[in-house]
Amino acid sequence: MNTTKRQKQRKVLLMGKSGAGKSSMRSIVFSNYVAKDVRRLGATIDVEHSNIKFMGNLMLNLWDCGGQDGFVENYLTHQRTHVFSSVAVLIFVFDIESREFAADVVSYGAIVRALAENSPGAKVFVLVHKMDLVQARLRSQLFEERVDYIRAASEGFRDTVEFFPTSIWDQSLYKAWTQIIYFLIPNARGIEGLLRELAEVVDARELILYERTTCLMVTHVTRGVEGQNPFTDRFERISSILKTHKQSMAKHTGIPAGSSNFAEMQIKTGRFMFFITRLTENTNLAASIPASEQIFNAARVNIMLVRPRFAELDIANKPRPAVQQAFAHSAESGAGLVMPGDADEGKGKGKERDGASRGFEA
Amino acid sequence: MPCYSIHPSNHPSTARASTTEDDYMYPSSTTPSMEDLPEAEVPHTDPVPPRFHTGRLPNSKAGDGKPRLLLMGQRRSGKSSISSVVFHKLPPSETLYLETTTRIKKESMHSFMDFQVWDFPGHLDYFDPAFDVDNIFEEIGALIWVIDAQDEYLEAISRLNMTILNLQQSYPNINVEVFVHKVDGLSEDYKGDTFRDIIQRVQDELSDQGYENAPVSFYQTSIYDHSIFEAFSKVIQKLIPQLPTLEALLNSLCSTCHIEKAYLFDIMSKIYIATDTSPTDIGSYEICSDYIDVVIDVSEIYGWDRPTENGDAESQETGNNDAESLITMERKGNNYLYLREINKYLALICLMGDDSPADKKAVIDYNVGVFQAALKQVFPRAEREIAVPDQP
Ligand SMILES: Nc1nc2c(ncn2[C@@H]2O[C@H](COP(=O)(O)OP(=O)(O)O)[C@@H](O)[C@H]2O)c(=O)[nH]1
Ligand SMILES: Nc1nc2c(ncn2[C@@H]2O[C@H](COP(=O)(O)OP(=O)(O)O)[C@@H](O)[C@H]2O)c(=O)[nH]1
Ligand SMILES: [Mg+2]
Ligand SMILES: [Mg+2]
Repeated sequence: MNTTKRQKQRKVLLMGKSGAGKSSMRSIVFSNYVAKDVRRLGATIDVEHSNIKFMGNLMLNLWDCGGQDGFVENYLTHQRTHVFSSVAVLIFVFDIESREFAADVVSYGAIVRALAENSPGAKVFVLVHKMDLVQARLRSQLFEERVDYIRAASEGFRDTVEFFPTSIWDQSLYKAWTQIIYFLIPNARGIEGLLRELAEVVDARELILYERTTCLMVTHVTRGVEGQNPFTDRFERISSILKTHKQSMAKHTGIPAGSSNFAEMQIKTGRFMFFITRLTENTNLAASIPASEQIFNAARVNIMLVRPRFAELDIANKPRPAVQQAFAHSAESGAGLVMPGDADEGKGKGKERDGASRGFEA
Repeated sequence: MPCYSIHPSNHPSTARASTTEDDYMYPSSTTPSMEDLPEAEVPHTDPVPPRFHTGRLPNSKAGDGKPRLLLMGQRRSGKSSISSVVFHKLPPSETLYLETTTRIKKESMHSFMDFQVWDFPGHLDYFDPAFDVDNIFEEIGALIWVIDAQDEYLEAISRLNMTILNLQQSYPNINVEVFVHKVDGLSEDYKGDTFRDIIQRVQDELSDQGYENAPVSFYQTSIYDHSIFEAFSKVIQKLIPQLPTLEALLNSLCSTCHIEKAYLFDIMSKIYIATDTSPTDIGSYEICSDYIDVVIDVSEIYGWDRPTENGDAESQETGNNDAESLITMERKGNNYLYLREINKYLALICLMGDDSPADKKAVIDYNVGVFQAALKQVFPRAEREIAVPDQP
């Protein structure tokens, strides 16, 4: 591993009324808890700091701020600069069941004002939480009403604040946190570029890069008709499938969820083939490919070959070789990429793949 | 099937399904195959009332030999919730919003087993002459009686006994299965006491009426964990005449391939219709059942109907006819879980033993192929329903 990597610290404030669900979501997303475990969590007193290593050298410096009135008062007065300076992201959690919604919004208003003063460049995410407690048919309307009301109180962040309906009982929690993380990763676009190249080479319909501990999506590349896949929430659905599976394995094997990792999971059907495998120390790569044994095998080999290139992808903004070079390197090192066409001879499908292969040799 | 993957249903708490009875009693006669079905329509004249594993198909009018289940019990005991969670994959917490059933609700589910769940509104008197008793009971294989363990259950018990006594005369072949339900809300001690108390009362009352050793089994269930699925599995297994054959096939598969535990699952309901005869613990069932969810959920996401792509039709030919899946573990690199679609309804799921190295996959594939061929003879009907493309 590259030891010269500098850690990129990002301060993230997690705020909202006491009981809104902040600690619950934090432990589900970052600590391998499942939804039904969180009832055991104690109340947060003052601020709980946690440093979460996320993808290589991105360090999330998460402040879970106890929401009791006394503390909030304190954050806004004595500790105002301490709490609100150098903030990258504020995540504010509203409890949909709160009986004092108006008061919650007033408190939110005071907090974003303090944020605007001390960290004007920060990004605000608002989670309208515990949506499972609302009947399904009423959810979207109630959410929209709350959004309008909260947005109006967002002061300088009015145009940039983003809203998500969430619940720890379904994948909505992953959807929200995926967006938050995407915002925090410094070179998501770079990773995406490399992933796109890889997708062309292996003829994948879709590649999704997941962070291993949280199972949150880092980024994805979708090609061709897969763009019309009707399951637009599939990325967070797979996050949640993976997380649940991890928990289930941990329970069965007795190995802690943090380390009960599979090396690979394959699913082969007549319509698609899919596998998810470890890519780097901190990432898993999920690949959906056409239902062909040859493409499947070639894709697995190629992904193994590019592993070192992804491992080198420094998450900090350090100059690095262009994406094309990254592939060329692995060819030079004697382990050339195996083209899917190599395996199935004379099937007349070589043309598009030759195109892809030229791209990578350039 | 919707995906509710971080739902509590996937994370069973402490409640366990258990039975006080010895669950299996094998039929002494040779196992009939599905081909013998027409005879199943002939009413039984067996003078000995069958007990637990009847080994006989219900007297289905349709003659298709698929188990039919009847769900009865007091109002709000959980009948609609059970059928929604098990057969429609409703997340358990959503059952809070289910509407009260006011009339008999028939639901059929087309899978390996053709369940007809008749959810009776609890406040109706089903022995009211207005109900066509014959029509109701003639076709069923098992009567599942749901008792809310968190509520007063004396009335439920007396109604249950009344039903058993009535059935005993005309339909002695029906298995009576009592689900002591909603045990998730009870402490371990209280749960055990309640369970024993209910069994005692049912048996005492029945023997007071001169009915000793009534063929009644008891299970502790909850929709918030796997126990409801485990209980259904046991209920269904009693209705499958081929069970001993299936178990023998699974046993030999396990020993040849170093498989720790193998289950034959009904994919749609996640009920297992057979497993090898090594000791079962609910943990193995849970991991296999969770694994089916993973495969189904991912298959739903990527199995959508794509518009035909250039060259895609061609590659489909090389795709798998039967879905298969494999998980290898990081620690030792060994195979851990293996899934193979057996036919339209059934999937084989194997929990591999520690000594099953990844490179033995070909051996497993081969043996599973053999197993699959054997199963085709046991269930020819399930095969015929699938339009199997010609294999090269
Ligand atoms: N129904 C429901 N309850 C939730 C959800 N998230 C958290 N909770 C519950 O809300 C309570 C308070 O959560 P906690 O995380 O301690 O809140 P905090 O004070 O904001 O840290 C706990 O009992 C959680 O089980 C949710 O999405 N839905
Ligand atoms: N705690 C708990 N509640 C359950 C369980 N099964 C059903 N319920 C609840 O019991 C109530 C009545 O259920 P319902 O299915 O309508 O009963 P039915 O009248 O027998 O159809 C609902 O509020 C369900 O959420 C269970 O296993 N545990
Ligand atoms: Mg807290
Ligand atoms: Mg009902």
